[in-house]
Amino acid sequence: MLSRRNFLTAAVGVAAAGGLAACAKEDDSSTGSSSTGGAKTITLGFSQVGSESGWRSANTTSVKDAAKEAGYNLKFSDAQQKQENQISAIRNYIAQKVDVIAFSPVVVTGWDAVLKEAKAAKIPVVLTDRSVETSDDSLYVTLVGSDFTDEGRRAAKILEKVLTKAGHKGAVKIAQLEGTTGAAPAIERAKGFKEIMDAEHKADWKIVVSQTGDFTRAGGKQVMAAFLQSNPDVNVLFAHNDDMAIGAIQAIEAAGKKPGTDILIVSIDGVKDGFVAMSEGKINAIVECNPLLGPQLMDVVKKVKDGETVERWIKTEESDFMQDQAKAALPSRKY
Amino acid sequence: MTTAPATTAPVTPTSRWRALTRHHLFWPVAVLVLLLLVNVPFTPDFFSIRMADGHLYGSLVSIVLFGSPLILVAVGMTLVIATGGIDLSVGAVVAITGALACSYISDQSDQGALSGVLLAMGLGLLAAVVCGLWNGFLVARMGIQPIIATLIIMVAGRGVAQLITDGQIITINSEPYKLIGGGYWLTLPFSIFVVAAVVVVTVGLTRRTALGLLVEAVGGNAEASRLVGIRSRRIKIMVYMFCALCAGIAGLMISSNTSAADGNNAGLWIELDAILAVVIGGTSLLGGRFSVGGTVVGALVIQTLTTTIYTIGVPTQTNLVFKAAVVIAVCLMQSPKFRAKVFGARFGSRGSATPAAAPADSAAATEAAPKMEVS
Repeated sequence: MLSRRNFLTAAVGVAAAGGLAACAKEDDSSTGSSSTGGAKTITLGFSQVGSESGWRSANTTSVKDAAKEAGYNLKFSDAQQKQENQISAIRNYIAQKVDVIAFSPVVVTGWDAVLKEAKAAKIPVVLTDRSVETSDDSLYVTLVGSDFTDEGRRAAKILEKVLTKAGHKGAVKIAQLEGTTGAAPAIERAKGFKEIMDAEHKADWKIVVSQTGDFTRAGGKQVMAAFLQSNPDVNVLFAHNDDMAIGAIQAIEAAGKKPGTDILIVSIDGVKDGFVAMSEGKINAIVECNPLLGPQLMDVVKKVKDGETVERWIKTEESDFMQDQAKAALPSRKY
Repeated sequence: MTTAPATTAPVTPTSRWRALTRHHLFWPVAVLVLLLLVNVPFTPDFFSIRMADGHLYGSLVSIVLFGSPLILVAVGMTLVIATGGIDLSVGAVVAITGALACSYISDQSDQGALSGVLLAMGLGLLAAVVCGLWNGFLVARMGIQPIIATLIIMVAGRGVAQLITDGQIITINSEPYKLIGGGYWLTLPFSIFVVAAVVVVTVGLTRRTALGLLVEAVGGNAEASRLVGIRSRRIKIMVYMFCALCAGIAGLMISSNTSAADGNNAGLWIELDAILAVVIGGTSLLGGRFSVGGTVVGALVIQTLTTTIYTIGVPTQTNLVFKAAVVIAVCLMQSPKFRAKVFGARFGSRGSATPAAAPADSAAATEAAPKMEVS
């Protein structure tokens, strides 16, 4: 009896350890490295942040697919949200003498040393999605990623359209669900939104409550439930991502109100579940934050390899969606 | 639940007041009431409860609804702490349970089928209990410090949850599953009934039988209780399994509340809130004494504090500082030494029997000298 119990616990432990090992593996398999005739295949070393969200996995898939499409030899590694993993991955790429290194930095600072090593080895570095702070701007060539401030501005702009479409009259009382405190998307999206609001709608728009929902559904739901109690007159919700908006929708429904009608909702990201909610009429508009930057990245890598000069910041191609476009766009959402 | 210290003094208003302030639940309840009152100027109809969408709706209902998972986790944690241990893995167990249940349901052709939902819940809870068994095994059989033993699943468990969900948020659309954490029954949140059942069973098992005494004996001095014939190892394994089961139910609730499993964020840092709830409720981190009722009040205090932060408009950057300041104040108010210094002897007279928020090294507790107090 006892030995059986011990065996069971041991088996679970082994299974758990195996799982850990499985997620720490480095995917070094070259994706579609078909050497094309005489021209040498470009080898790209890419270090991803991790796989913390649906957005991120879509980003990874996009990079892998685009590399295959372009016929590059991609060396991919997952840093599991740890800077030290990412630094060692980059050092590996330097040692392997890849043609170009690309990575989505886990954090903003602390990259100088490893980027200098890359520069000394004459390997150009391209950042994706997020930026870094360095002492020397020549340490990376370009950033391929979203402009979060602009996403905030676009959210304010699309809210104008939503209000017109809903025939809204009178004061616009906005509840804002912020992202994780201190995260760049949270700070910059709030900044961009406020910029447009202060410039063009100072008289009638007002953010009456604003609180962090940590980019999660549970956070969005709980915070919105509290908002509805303390500020029952809120009629617009601006959520920094779709997941918080989805949580908030549930809180609004629990309060006996209709999301999308009693409270107009604008959110950012454009994940699949967000589009599902929008096609059900529960979200009024979504500002896309596009993770599918693989093709753009491959383009840039080619230019950098050929020695062409590229822009310092290459912004991802993104669009805005209103409710009537939701149903049509839904089947093509990949993430 | 512990009983109030009996007073033999003649019943006068003063002695009644003194008996009241000496009750082990007095300070936690006082803090809870104070926190609730703070909300009134900001939310005028804070205490009003009305019908909306066929169920009761109001701030108090929200606090209980959103606080339910924390109450469950904290109740389980109370017993673990009573044995002089600690369980850091509950947050990861929450994530694993939710992930397993939701991924099972999402694979069903009919997500609303009751049998599938029950099986999914069973699977999730089984995984939770296995985690608890593992923790108990490491602590009781292998003699590993509880803080280290449970750290293993705290770190690895979240990875396992992410493996199950494939790093994605799994959204499900299942009415029966929605009931446990986000649904309503008899106009009340269903989770209230689940919490009530767990609390009643826990109190019943620990206070109506000798089990509670045994748990306290193990926490007081594991070696001494073994020598008097208590199977302290078995008791320890049992409390870790119970704690994980509670965390598992909380995990079902959290994922059911949003109809989604988020391996990355579900139950993140809930272990710390649970430990805090246990401490506010008057259970000593040294082990050997516990109060389930106090823990429930403690968890409600924390949930009320969270709601208060959302409603009174504390700027997001100062959320954590505000929370910390309140927690420090609460812990100081519970300390008899502090009360004696500030308010004089009247409030601080309970002496060493008062549940102080002792920031003790719980790891050393099992080896500590006998300090059992049956209160």
